[in-house]
Amino acid sequence: MKMKGADILINCLLEQGVDTIFGYPGGTVLDIYDALYRNGKIHHILTAHEQGAAHAADGYARVTGKVGVCFATSGPGATNLVTGIATAYMDSIPLVAITGNVGLNMLGRDSFQEVDIAGITMPITKHNFIVKDVNELADTIRKAFNIASSGRKGPVLIDILKNVQIAECDYQPAKPLPPKTIAVDEKRIAQAAQAVNESKKPLIIAGGGVVASRAFTQLKALSEKLDAPVTYTLMGKGALPDNDERNLGMLGMHGTVAAARALIASDCIIALGTRFSDRVALNRELFANGKKVIHVDVDNAEFNKNVAVTLAVLADAKAFIDAILPKLENKGGEWIKEAKEAGGKKDAIVNVRAYDILKAASELAPDDSPLITDVGQHQMWAAQQYPMNKPALFCSSGGLGTMGYGMGAAIGAAFGTGKLCVLVTGDGCFNMNMNELSTAVTEGVPLVILLMNNGVLGMVRQWQKIFYQHRFSQTTLNKKTDYVKFAESFGAKGIVIDKDDDAKAKLKEAFDYAKKNCEPVLVDCRISCDDNVLPMIKPGATYETQLRKMEDN
Amino acid sequence: MDSETKKYTISALVANKSGVLTRISGLFSRRGYNIESLTVCATEDPDLSRMTVILIGDEYMLYQMIRQMDKLEDVKKIGCANELDCVYRELLLAKVAATSDVRSQITLINEVYKAKVVDLSIDTMILELTGDPEKLDAYLKVIEPFGILEMQRTGVTVLARGRHTLKDRDCYGDHVN
Repeated sequence: MKMKGADILINCLLEQGVDTIFGYPGGTVLDIYDALYRNGKIHHILTAHEQGAAHAADGYARVTGKVGVCFATSGPGATNLVTGIATAYMDSIPLVAITGNVGLNMLGRDSFQEVDIAGITMPITKHNFIVKDVNELADTIRKAFNIASSGRKGPVLIDILKNVQIAECDYQPAKPLPPKTIAVDEKRIAQAAQAVNESKKPLIIAGGGVVASRAFTQLKALSEKLDAPVTYTLMGKGALPDNDERNLGMLGMHGTVAAARALIASDCIIALGTRFSDRVALNRELFANGKKVIHVDVDNAEFNKNVAVTLAVLADAKAFIDAILPKLENKGGEWIKEAKEAGGKKDAIVNVRAYDILKAASELAPDDSPLITDVGQHQMWAAQQYPMNKPALFCSSGGLGTMGYGMGAAIGAAFGTGKLCVLVTGDGCFNMNMNELSTAVTEGVPLVILLMNNGVLGMVRQWQKIFYQHRFSQTTLNKKTDYVKFAESFGAKGIVIDKDDDAKAKLKEAFDYAKKNCEPVLVDCRISCDDNVLPMIKPGATYETQLRKMEDN
Repeated sequence: MDSETKKYTISALVANKSGVLTRISGLFSRRGYNIESLTVCATEDPDLSRMTVILIGDEYMLYQMIRQMDKLEDVKKIGCANELDCVYRELLLAKVAATSDVRSQITLINEVYKAKVVDLSIDTMILELTGDPEKLDAYLKVIEPFGILEMQRTGVTVLARGRHTLKDRDCYGDHVN
């Protein structure tokens, strides 16, 4: 049937099962928003800023496993998406970002709100498209969803010119293209099985790829079959429940002592869907240090990129474990015992106020509540101490480290799950995108925001302590913001937890209120600016040099 | 992995549309890798262009670039010509200062290298030579003393000898490690 381009777009989104979109209208997407209005089947969440929309689509994608979708107009609308797209790209989150652009007759003439968003996003998308002809629109959208959700997932941008939205052409509904799959090489599986069976102390590292392939039961089965310890990267948090007896906690710069010790003691690393980033393989030459490394990934370009591997297996984590499991032998209990005893499981070496608050919050939050973090000290404290016992509910900007990610992502996670969400943020991060609190209020999002307020940019300050002899250049915020009044002025509730307050009682009030009223509650948690994230391994250093106290520096 | 710096030739069949070149060159510039030579043109299949990239670097750089390029939607087939027995050709046009007194010397050199004179003016000559890049290098060295006013090389084109074709190659993604 004949249809306008804008209507074809909406119909193609419906083909893909899209029911939620985050976005912001403007001049070059008027036709798309008109089609959305007339169609009425898709819930559109109007954010305060396009960056919030991109992060919301990202949060939505992380918790649902579906492709997140965001809309923005041309020019500044499109460029405001850029940080959100880059965040999704670094963490391999499936996203389709749709922007409008000026019509073909205006293109390249520096028209009002014209920007080459395809050019700008080229290095931060898996692929992008400029649609100049309405006849190509439907197939482009179908392809975009297929690319975003196939192989190593990631963001795809579609820039749709205004004339395409208006022009008519024939539309024929179609089923989504099947995702491209990778055939697992049986020979490699056999080699991997032999290497693992020959090893005495295998350590499983679960990365974001385990979450992306939803290989949760497989990961647990693998650790049980081998009786091997599991550690995870920030992106892999929640892949194995934190309360699982074989889970040693996070690996990396601020990972646990147990994970670091197990890494040193192990003789074979089974790296599942992880790219050995510099926050994990801090010293890429010495990371493996003679151990066998079996690297399983869907991206061929990751093999030997950062860490030289013994055996590369091109497969998603789920297919790999399914294939290798019957070939593996149990390690007999000694190794897991040693790994668990090496550091104590949840080894809080220093006690910081944030741990008490996070612990209380995790006890009050339902098990199926998503946990969203911003970036910095609070992010690491949450990763260390807030147990995720259900998978795919942890949203954090790992690769790009985007301050200001949290508010948008929390809104997306709330729409993705329909559950109460917990956002852990800092006063630096929160101030970047606090405008989205208005969105959460308007949309009635049950959200408890734990604002770890220390008046400083804590993580940068911590580095200034360690590497710059306490010269605190521009990391003291000196804000006079009254966050309770701020929350109230936005129509949300505000609560203060002062240094000596009973955190649990105050948090109970916050959780009860958020649940009962389906509203965001901003909890201003006053913490010390001198608290540090420990343990810590310095950039480029080896796991043997893990600092447990600042004095060890 | 061989960390010795060598000249590598990457051949790729890519989608013949706008933006593809930017996408690929961006992969190099992002890593601080320099493209030594780049040749792109449409092929017998109007949907595909064939691209030849010369990269000077070590094996790590080569494998990263091939795999990163292979991930692009617009890259259909890719391979490294160094792995095969190939014919390399490049074309050179060089305008040299050539008054009548030196013309015969240049003509003598041209005979040895099988170069052609394609334009002649009172005091200049445009010389044309086709051959593998090393032959062009050697020729340039010999004519340089006459004074090269301007020159252009087309960049390297390469085809594998025998039945071997790039489009029949296995996907690079199948070559793990």
